[in-house]
Amino acid sequence: MFPANFDYYRAGSLAEAVDLLQKNPGAKVLAGGHSLVPAMKLRVAGPSALVDIGRIADLKGISLANGQLTIGALTTHAEVANSPLVKDNCGVLAQAAGQIGDQMIRNRGTIGGSLAHADPAADYPTVIRAVGAMITVFGPNGLRMINADSFFTDLFSTALADGEIITSVTVAAQDASTRGSYYKIPHPASGYAVVGACAIVSQADGVCSSVSVTVGGATANPVRCAGVESALIGKAANEANIAAAAAKTDESVNATMGDQYASSEYRNHLAAVAVKRALMAASA
Amino acid sequence: MNHTVTITINGVKHTREVEPRTLLASFIRDHVGLTGTNVGCDTSQCGACTVHVDGQAVKSCTVLAVQADGSSVTTIEGMAQGGKLHAVQQAFWDQHGLQCGYCTPGMIMSISYMLKQNPNASEEEIRHGLEGNICRCTGYQNIVKAALQAREALSN
Ligand SMILES: Cc1cc2nc3c(=O)[nH]c(=O)nc-3n(C[C@H](O)[C@H](O)[C@H](O)COP(=O)(O)OP(=O)(O)OC[C@H]3O[C@@H](n4cnc5c(N)ncnc54)[C@H](O)[C@@H]3O)c2cc1C
Ligand code: FES
Ligand code: FES
Repeated sequence: MFPANFDYYRAGSLAEAVDLLQKNPGAKVLAGGHSLVPAMKLRVAGPSALVDIGRIADLKGISLANGQLTIGALTTHAEVANSPLVKDNCGVLAQAAGQIGDQMIRNRGTIGGSLAHADPAADYPTVIRAVGAMITVFGPNGLRMINADSFFTDLFSTALADGEIITSVTVAAQDASTRGSYYKIPHPASGYAVVGACAIVSQADGVCSSVSVTVGGATANPVRCAGVESALIGKAANEANIAAAAAKTDESVNATMGDQYASSEYRNHLAAVAVKRALMAASA
Repeated sequence: MNHTVTITINGVKHTREVEPRTLLASFIRDHVGLTGTNVGCDTSQCGACTVHVDGQAVKSCTVLAVQADGSSVTTIEGMAQGGKLHAVQQAFWDQHGLQCGYCTPGMIMSISYMLKQNPNASEEEIRHGLEGNICRCTGYQNIVKAALQAREALSN
């Protein structure tokens, strides 16, 4: 199986990549290629050209400065999953990255590619929203930051403008009072999330001082579960309180998708289960 | 437009003119003629096409040859050294880790990578780690036994 023909350009720098995208209307960015190449082989995507950003060194690597953890767009899932910096400062990102696909997929797929692709069944988007990440992008009009809450706009759609490239993802480093957990219910064949829930819980004086809960896989883009969050804030993180809060998942998860594997009703049910389990793990 | 791509496979440099859409699996099989690497699903699921690119296990049906330009690739043909099977190959032989053999090159490339990353992988980690490799014949039992034998052989 081959993609339809296309022109190929390898960008040596971010500026060159943006320039190539502008000169080649119909071109797409190529990062790890682990969403784009399969789509091109199936001919559901047919870009006229690919601008390969895979060797731009500036887009790689993980750093911590001023309490902010920054992950370059080209950082692979395996690198995030195994990074001591990520594990120590935003462990839930490493935990989620380690559950993406399989070891071969994780060696090629990148965080920037996953976010730009905005697959409803992907794992990173759900976690990125829960941790309140900022996404830095560079394009013809320079650099800008997009809040994860406004980044995903629809199925496979984002706030990225034409010619814009994600350069990095930044999250606030979490202290010891905060724990996060991602609970994924994978499709048994594809491994993608049928439903995934991410919970971030901060505790002080025996109660939850802040709670962030998102659900992905069930709807076009991950949603924030405000009802669950407010039901738990100020309460002790015990099983009864968590179960009561998780029961409010359906206030936020609606317009749930259904397919031949999982009906919308079933996904709704799984969403509440995943939220409860993610909250339990984040409170343990 | 065609591109000139140079990829070192099992220590030998190969330079070819290829279309950008040429997959690494096709570069290895059709352009260079090393047919040990199998293409099973061709949709990134089965792992039969697994090779090592600069030491990393990847599915070669999902990598473009132009992306691997300048890289060093190891395929199943590069595993045996000096006429001696690699420990993972020997373990597949000893444990009868195959039936039709179609998944085997990918399994061996995947397991050898896994054991390099995690030399003490538990049986559970091995089973889980093989989620990207599908075998339609064996039921995996002997593949896991082979991986366990290889783990011991490699740690001695
Ligand atoms: C068998 C298989 C199983 C998988 N399982 C899972 C899973 O369980 N969970 C999961 O979340 N994902 C899964 N994936 C998807 C995988 O994580 C992809 O790697 C990821 O979604 C895309 O990253 P990439 O670097 O490969 O992007 P590419 O495929 O290179 O690009 C994807 C899209 O993003 C654009 N793009 C890429 N990088 C940038 C950038 N920096 N700026 C702007 N646009 C960009 C491209 O133009 C393209 O439209 C799986 C993939 C496969 C093949
Ligand atoms: S042929 Fe590449 S994963 Fe199946
Ligand atoms: S031995 Fe036949 S597919 Fe594995």
